[in-house]
Amino acid sequence: MTETMGSDDVLAEAARWLDDGRRVALATVVATWGSSPRPVGSQLAVDAQGNMVGSVSGGCIEGAVVHEAGSVMESGAPKLLEYGVTDEMAWEVGLACGGTVKVFVERLD
Amino acid sequence: MKRAILEALQAARADKRPVALVTNLETGRQALLDGDQVTGDLTLGGPVLERVRKAVHDDRSATLPETSLFAHVFNPPLRMIVVGAVHIAQSLVPMAALAGYDVTVVDPRRAWATDARFPDVTMTSEWPDDALRGLGPDRRTAVIVLTHDPKLDDPALLVTLKSAAFYVGALGSTKTHAKRLARLRELGLSEDELARIHGPIGLAIGAKSPAEIAISILAQATQALHGAPPLVKAEAGS
Repeated sequence: MTETMGSDDVLAEAARWLDDGRRVALATVVATWGSSPRPVGSQLAVDAQGNMVGSVSGGCIEGAVVHEAGSVMESGAPKLLEYGVTDEMAWEVGLACGGTVKVFVERLD
Repeated sequence: MKRAILEALQAARADKRPVALVTNLETGRQALLDGDQVTGDLTLGGPVLERVRKAVHDDRSATLPETSLFAHVFNPPLRMIVVGAVHIAQSLVPMAALAGYDVTVVDPRRAWATDARFPDVTMTSEWPDDALRGLGPDRRTAVIVLTHDPKLDDPALLVTLKSAAFYVGALGSTKTHAKRLARLRELGLSEDELARIHGPIGLAIGAKSPAEIAISILAQATQALHGAPPLVKAEAGS
């Protein structure tokens, strides 16, 4: 997929946050199986206050990713997360579509 | 991600250079491949480098099989060249920009191609064949021909159909399009080349207004971009 430049440029926004002295973590979809709403390469930037720009799913796992991003911002150690659920669990947590995604979360230094 | 890598990545993207950011998903170490240059704290061996180059060529970000490496490809934006600064173009241009296209409007008619009608868009008033030769449509470019005027549309199509553009569309009814094909055939284009033109342009979604026609065009270009099967064929349209 092609990344677009512009007001929705996640990396540009993340860089601006860094310039403001904010702590920032970046989440990137690195693999998908089955149906998933956002393709490989999709990114979400999060700051320590939980502000977000971009997305790694249709909104179903962002909450969990933001939570993990908090500890990545603390420790500086990157994490590789995997989300995938069966359909009967779909309304509890994870992806309602039944797909699986791997998300890499790193701190911007 | 280190600040230096982020800045190098953003600089390359601003310059519209294709680059790949390679991340070791276990260690977080990264390398940025920019042309022949590799920077960062991750060392890439020759065979891996070749696979990353292929990922860039294929425009496909992916985890490299049997490694812990993720190659994130950042290619320059898709391009859309719109020939004819007409009413439909006024809707199509901002929609295409939202969809991630870098849009250029070509129209030698000064009254049409004004900044007031097309704010924040690259415009050229060259004759369409010269403009298209200069812009050089490649496999990441869509060309949309909207003037309805053979003396502008035909030169644009003559150049475009010799290019690798992934989508070529031309406005006009079935009747207009048949006449256009006959003219271009006279000018020496092959049947294979002519078959590349989506005409009448756009998916058959019953589009009436300029904005709706723009949606049908953008949808058809999207379909071509992703190689989706044509579910609906355009009927006699505008």
